[in-house]
Amino acid sequence: MTRPRYLPGDLAVWLLILAELAVFALLFVGFAVARAFDPATFAAGRAELHPGVGLASTLSLIVASYLVATATVGYRRGRDGTAVRLWLALLVSLAYTLGKLWEYGQLYGAGYHLGSDTFFMFYFFLTFFHFLHVVVGQGVLLALARKARRPWQDDRDTNAMESGACYWHMVDLVWLALFPLLYVVA
Amino acid sequence: MKYQSQAVAKPYFIFALILFAGQILFGLILGLQYVVGDFLFPEIPFNVARMVHTNLLIVWLLFGFMGATYWLVPEEAQTELHSPLLAKVLFWVFAVAGTLTILGYLSVDYATLADLTYNNLLPTMGREFLEQPTITKIGIAVVAVGFLYNVGVTALKGRKTVVNIVLMTGLFGLVVLWLFAFYNPSNLTLDKYFWWFVVHLWVEGVWELIMGAILAYILIKLTGVDREVIEKWLYVIIAMALISGIIGTGHHFFWIGPPEYWLWLGSVFSALEPLPFFMMVLFAFNMVKRRRRNHPNKAALLWALGTSVMAFLGAGVWGFLHTLAPVNYYTHGSQITAAHGHMAFYGAYVMIVLTIISYAMPIMRGRPYGNSATAQAMEIWGFWLMTLSMVCITLFLTGAGVLQVWLQRMPDAGEALSFMATQDRIALFYWMRLVAGAFFMGGLVVYLGSFLIKGEAPEPALEGAAARA
Repeated sequence: MTRPRYLPGDLAVWLLILAELAVFALLFVGFAVARAFDPATFAAGRAELHPGVGLASTLSLIVASYLVATATVGYRRGRDGTAVRLWLALLVSLAYTLGKLWEYGQLYGAGYHLGSDTFFMFYFFLTFFHFLHVVVGQGVLLALARKARRPWQDDRDTNAMESGACYWHMVDLVWLALFPLLYVVA
Repeated sequence: MKYQSQAVAKPYFIFALILFAGQILFGLILGLQYVVGDFLFPEIPFNVARMVHTNLLIVWLLFGFMGATYWLVPEEAQTELHSPLLAKVLFWVFAVAGTLTILGYLSVDYATLADLTYNNLLPTMGREFLEQPTITKIGIAVVAVGFLYNVGVTALKGRKTVVNIVLMTGLFGLVVLWLFAFYNPSNLTLDKYFWWFVVHLWVEGVWELIMGAILAYILIKLTGVDREVIEKWLYVIIAMALISGIIGTGHHFFWIGPPEYWLWLGSVFSALEPLPFFMMVLFAFNMVKRRRRNHPNKAALLWALGTSVMAFLGAGVWGFLHTLAPVNYYTHGSQITAAHGHMAFYGAYVMIVLTIISYAMPIMRGRPYGNSATAQAMEIWGFWLMTLSMVCITLFLTGAGVLQVWLQRMPDAGEALSFMATQDRIALFYWMRLVAGAFFMGGLVVYLGSFLIKGEAPEPALEGAAARA
């Protein structure tokens, strides 16, 4: 099926995505500037994190994004299995949620919090702000999965599915920047 | 007017404009006291005049918001107001309480007022902008809850539009946040936290929802652009306002004692606060460009476009000027803050209230297509006089602020000028601001004068049905 070029999802959602990315971009710039001023604190902070958990979170979000993308394409083409893929995506993304909560528990237990130092301020704020976005995204996936259960119709609206998928990919994309920034780059 | 009960908005608008005039009068008194320190002393000392100036502003804007709500909620919901009687009773309660409070400020000293109103039973007085006696605060809460009930029931029983939902959310937030005005912890830092939960989360949070909803309603009416398009814009704007505005509260926490991370969070999030205002500019001009009708009420359209631009400049650009922590370290509480405050309040909230008044008042006065061309021309003169005067006030105060920072804040210890020596040096800017203020008053007189001109705009020849819709 060929389609003319068009913007998948709603323009409003794209504006929201751009705005959200602007927020994260500003925070990333702030992180880079603060690290340039105080590399020692940032290196010490990074050493306390759990890169294995970070990697697992990354994989879980990438797999979930793959499932959401194929679900959207399938939905657009009227194939079966959209709801199943969305449920699976939701399930896989829970690995991220649990991993993050586990790491918060570990760090908090070791005495680190938002006010510990500049590194942990950025770590806790950036990851928790992102975490909230993931939770919202999981709610969106849930709503879309329920919507996709309904019988397929020729005139169905793909707008909601595409908008939700775009939002989810934004959440995924931000993590792909966050993971190396916080856990990897020395 | 589609629903008879919308007419309860009229006394709210009229009283709002009367208080507006009072506010500007006290603004002039203050402007003069800046340069002639003992003007009207001891009858009206500076601190009292300032309290009257800011309190009148808040109260008249609340009257304006209430009038706007009574006007647009029934129309959007397509049903009569739940209880016009309650709206009228609450009007008189609020008007009498507000007037008595202002008279209290002016007739006795503040400490006596606190004693007379039994502030010791539940101490809430003495905080900037929230100086009202506790009894007045309780009155405001009661009026607000009654108002919310009245319009809430109306909105729920009728058509649920995005405009109504956003407006009601904003009003609900306004009422809930007001409750923080009753909590007055003895720890000064905590006290400031809760104070900002009222002050900041009103003007940089829920009031933006109210402004967005009113602007969206006006644009639907004046441009005839599809409601779906306008609603989508509204959603994005309010999402942006809340994303940036809530954590943006942090720009007030810089130097009051909370943890250091607020320097970062406050700077980053408030740096984004101009975005929703910029979107409002794009929104307003885009909708006008795509308009499907030329509504004969040109003055209302000018106010609608004007409010988006001036809110962006005053709240957005002038806010951003001094919101980053390293800048704010020097500019905190200087005349730059005053410059921002003046243009932001005028651009965002004064002008949005004048926008809805410009649209709704002629209809309530039996002129469905707006005032006569002469009256509109006069109103537009008022618009330009007030707006340009406010631009001048802002620029002069900015000049004063920059110089103040340069002389008093930037130099090393021992080399900086004292506060009062600095004030003497920047007096010229205060004189110029006073002149601009006098022009503003002139603009207000012209604006109010436009209400006295009789006649109405004729029904548009081809688009009569469309313009009425």
